[in-house]
Amino acid sequence: MTATVTKKEGPAGVTPTPTLGSHVNNYWRRVRGGDIGALPAVVMLVALAVGFSIARPSFFTAGNLANLFTQGAAVTLIAMGLVFVLLLGEIDLSAGFASGVCAAILANVVTVLGYPWYVAVLSAVVTGVVIGTVLGLLVAKVGIPSFVVTLAGFLAFQGVVLTLMDEGANIAVRDDVLVAIANRNLSPVLGWSLAAVAVAGYAAVQLLRHRNRAARGLLTDPIAVVAGRIAGLAVILGMAVYVLNLERSRNVLVVSLKGVPIVVPLIALLLVVWTFVLQRTSYGRHIYAVGGNAEAARRAGINVDRIRVSVFVICSSMAAIGGIVAASRANSVDPNTGGSNVLLYAVGAAVIGGTSLFGGKGRVLDAVLGGAVIAVIDNGMGLMGYSSGVKYVVTGVVLLAAATIDALSRRRAAATGTR
Amino acid sequence: MSATPLLELRGIDKSFGPVQVLRDVAFAAHAGEVTALVGDNGAGKSTLVKCISGIHPTDAGEFVFDGRPVSINSPRDAAALGIEVVYQDLALCDNLDIVQNMFLGREKRSGIVLDEPTMEQMAAETLAGLSVRTVKSLRQHVSSLSGGQRQTVAIAKAVLWNSRLVILDEPTAALGVAQTAQVLELVRRLADNGLAVVLISHNMNDVFAVSDRIAALYLGQMVAQVKTTDITHSQVVELITAGRSGSLGLTGEPGGNGAAPADTTPGAVR
Repeated sequence: MTATVTKKEGPAGVTPTPTLGSHVNNYWRRVRGGDIGALPAVVMLVALAVGFSIARPSFFTAGNLANLFTQGAAVTLIAMGLVFVLLLGEIDLSAGFASGVCAAILANVVTVLGYPWYVAVLSAVVTGVVIGTVLGLLVAKVGIPSFVVTLAGFLAFQGVVLTLMDEGANIAVRDDVLVAIANRNLSPVLGWSLAAVAVAGYAAVQLLRHRNRAARGLLTDPIAVVAGRIAGLAVILGMAVYVLNLERSRNVLVVSLKGVPIVVPLIALLLVVWTFVLQRTSYGRHIYAVGGNAEAARRAGINVDRIRVSVFVICSSMAAIGGIVAASRANSVDPNTGGSNVLLYAVGAAVIGGTSLFGGKGRVLDAVLGGAVIAVIDNGMGLMGYSSGVKYVVTGVVLLAAATIDALSRRRAAATGTR
Repeated sequence: MSATPLLELRGIDKSFGPVQVLRDVAFAAHAGEVTALVGDNGAGKSTLVKCISGIHPTDAGEFVFDGRPVSINSPRDAAALGIEVVYQDLALCDNLDIVQNMFLGREKRSGIVLDEPTMEQMAAETLAGLSVRTVKSLRQHVSSLSGGQRQTVAIAKAVLWNSRLVILDEPTAALGVAQTAQVLELVRRLADNGLAVVLISHNMNDVFAVSDRIAALYLGQMVAQVKTTDITHSQVVELITAGRSGSLGLTGEPGGNGAAPADTTPGAVR
């Protein structure tokens, strides 16, 4: 308070228009103050990609890149839902097997009962909504800690999957549409058009906001920064689409394999939708408020219980979508779908991406970045020929490192007063 | 200032089970004035505030707001009248920025999208109207603010909604000297802007620095409500601790039924 008083002039909130330099300075100061966001995930991702590319040139090929996306898709989708639960400082340990239950429902409806794919998808998602509602009500209304509720769910859903799978048999999923989700690609032209639409949409939103704020005399980011963001997105998307559109079939004469995997636009769409919900609607604002200070939120007239139930519904529904993608990728559902390391990878993805385990801080994008890190570790170490044992240990160490960064940056933020 | 108070309470009784916390309390708050509400721990200050803000229903008594009799049965009623309370623990979300906190639960929207520019503008205008110049950016998180700045944000949040009566519960209790001075200056400015301000405080220096009137509660009874200029430091302390001071305060036995209504004492309001 003392230092800032002397600097101020004019009415509240009016500071000199930021320049490119001051923008970079501000960002650097925030990072040093403990507000690091997704920086560790991005650094880790680049380091891992470079490391693996040097050690195994086959890592950096179009074929492997396409693999990465489909391998990481289910975990990423589950992690996106988990972000909502983590934002309230809660946890959902049942998300993995919830996705398994939903996948089992999907397989039963489409293969055993023979309904069309959309009925199966709908029943899977509805199952997710029901699971989330039950979990959320138990946490919010009965007041059981989410750790215990979802641990019970973790055990019970494992049993539900087994029961639905007829004690261990697996059910094939052969429906064309369902199989296409994780196994087919967009045509190269469609890939380019979607990328162009995404960049144009992003540019329009950014420029409109910039103009709107400038017209009202509010503080704006320098136009160079806005342009930089748009250009950055264009470059990343452009490179990704270019590489994925390369021919990656081993024998072109037999089959041509190129284009963006269908699951990529699916993840991108959900990323945009949930980011919009969290950042631009009052519902999203209230999630952050409840995660930051539930009592303050309650006094502000926010229905805290309803928010609490709703995040569990979102989490389990996203788990259902993750389960559908997993079933599509494997062409089948077995009792282990959504089991083993899926949940831990998903929690790890959210935390590695920068979502705090303490609530109140996180973005849906974190889940995507963290999911990419985990997929790269998994995939890269597989190419290096390491055993599953080593992979688990390394992934565990990375998760621990991410949680450590979270805890330390939180302490640092408390010390410097930024967060 | 204006002759008729903005808010006037008459004969307020409030019991929690067998314990009578407020006994025939009369209280008035005038627009454009700071009314300090003083009293020892357990005198009933917080209960009185909670009655005014609609958290506790009263057992008996009447509320007159702006010359009209009203009934306040819920916090919503109080908010509809323009009564806002800034509680001691401020109720701010550390992980949200200043604008987000000021509009929490009452966000401005266009369609389903949050209308950030409008909210930021309104917040800036409100802070400018209070001559607040100490915050660096409206988009900084509340966790990065000092205690005094947080208090400022909490007060600005209360003022944002065209409120007419603002009740501040010990706004300076946790602050250092410089920040206390700033917050008191802000409290004074609220009144100068035409709001009725009720300031709960234990600190006699604060009370005498900003208040126009002092209302003293003693064991659930309003023992005096006088102009600050008509009373001395030590008299207020006597009213708080003993319920009487010279010709002011209780006339009969303390706690008895013969308490003199505040308005019969010399220098009383009304």
